[in-house]
Amino acid sequence: MGGLVYFSSGSGNTARFVARLGLPALRVPQRATETMPAPLTPFVLICPTYADGFGRGAVPKQVIGFLNDPSRRALLRGVIGAGNRSFGATFALSGRVIAEKCAVPWLTSFELAGTEADTLRIRDGLHKFWRETCPTVA
Amino acid sequence: MKDQMLSLRAVKAINWNRLQDDKDLEVWNRLTVNFWLPEKVPLSNDVPSWATLREDERALTIRVFTGLTLLDTIQNAVGAPSLLADAQTPHEEAVLTNIAFMEAVHARSYSSIFSTLCSTKEVDEAFRWSEENPHLQAKAQMILSDYAPGADPLKRKIASVFLESFLFYSGFYLPMYWSSRAKLTNTADLIRLIIRDEAVHGYYIGYKFQHALERESPARQQEVKDYAFALLFDLYEIEARYTAELYDGLGLTEDVKAFLHYNANKALQNLGFEALFPPAACEVNPAILAALSPDSENHDFFSGSGSSYVIGKAVATEDEDWNF
Repeated sequence: MGGLVYFSSGSGNTARFVARLGLPALRVPQRATETMPAPLTPFVLICPTYADGFGRGAVPKQVIGFLNDPSRRALLRGVIGAGNRSFGATFALSGRVIAEKCAVPWLTSFELAGTEADTLRIRDGLHKFWRETCPTVA
Repeated sequence: MKDQMLSLRAVKAINWNRLQDDKDLEVWNRLTVNFWLPEKVPLSNDVPSWATLREDERALTIRVFTGLTLLDTIQNAVGAPSLLADAQTPHEEAVLTNIAFMEAVHARSYSSIFSTLCSTKEVDEAFRWSEENPHLQAKAQMILSDYAPGADPLKRKIASVFLESFLFYSGFYLPMYWSSRAKLTNTADLIRLIIRDEAVHGYYIGYKFQHALERESPARQQEVKDYAFALLFDLYEIEARYTAELYDGLGLTEDVKAFLHYNANKALQNLGFEALFPPAACEVNPAILAALSPDSENHDFFSGSGSSYVIGKAVATEDEDWNF
């Protein structure tokens, strides 16, 4: 199976979700001064959303910095957005923005640290995704 | 002489260019950009829709909004100000005063809805009802006792997150329900602005809670966590009764309760805790979820067929930091 890369801020929601997912994952650091991970195989990105009411700022700066590097970006195969439905139309918007920007599939979204059901659904979804789209890394 | 005495303990001016916690500025920016007033929502467009509601539906709606007004009043006048004493940074204090003020805007918004749609008599009756309803009063009292001077700062934050992320939702359900049936859609737009603010408040106070809890001993952490779950149980019991009293007439009680379970779990997540209610109890009516976050749901790869993806809003991809 392909890899996972994720970002999680001080609230730790996405980090808790990834921990429950139980799959190996690299973390994009919270600060610009820390070293970016260097994935060597294709990966799916899990990214929380920080949009204002107009959708601006949806993708965290650190994630933008990570994706600005062409060699890292070349391995991105899909994106999962996280967020809170209480933000209305901008719910989990970062996933959709990255999908558009990087021309990869927007796989799905979940809220906050995810539920038990989200964990099962996304673990299964990832297995299926890698099997169907990238048989070489499945 | 007087000058010397004053210099013993310097009063510090807030410096936003020296942050102890980046989250303070992030949340300050989010809240200030999202600032709004009820006057910007064309509530009067809902007058014809209001006239299509039955009398019992109108009475229910006014009562629900009065209950929400009560919670916003508490959060404005007592809740957010009580958190000021526990703030760890001057920037946190500034964010909390913003939160307090927005709660006043929310409370004021319900009166805008009332003055646009309802008669004075109907509204006066509902305010009387809110003072006499035992369930509404009980949840207000329970939260207020955690906000009292001298209360435990961690428990105060728990109470605040439960109010912001859980207690409002028995009320928020109804405008989402009307909106899903194409009724009172402008009112629903206003309520969505309130929901958006409350989500930032719950997130921020929950974040501050998590970081304060990290510094405590394992025994104390366990005590605080047990307290949080016990308080949620107590509040839930009251909410269940409040919900039944309000919504039984329309046959919506079970639907609202699923929404309560779902939001209770989200409140716990804001505090960094695991969910309490199992997935089967949290199956919210899809029409309510769609009303909550309109336009955000489209065909995603996992649930849909094919690998098509949906284009995000152009404005969101215009971030100057992208360099490709």
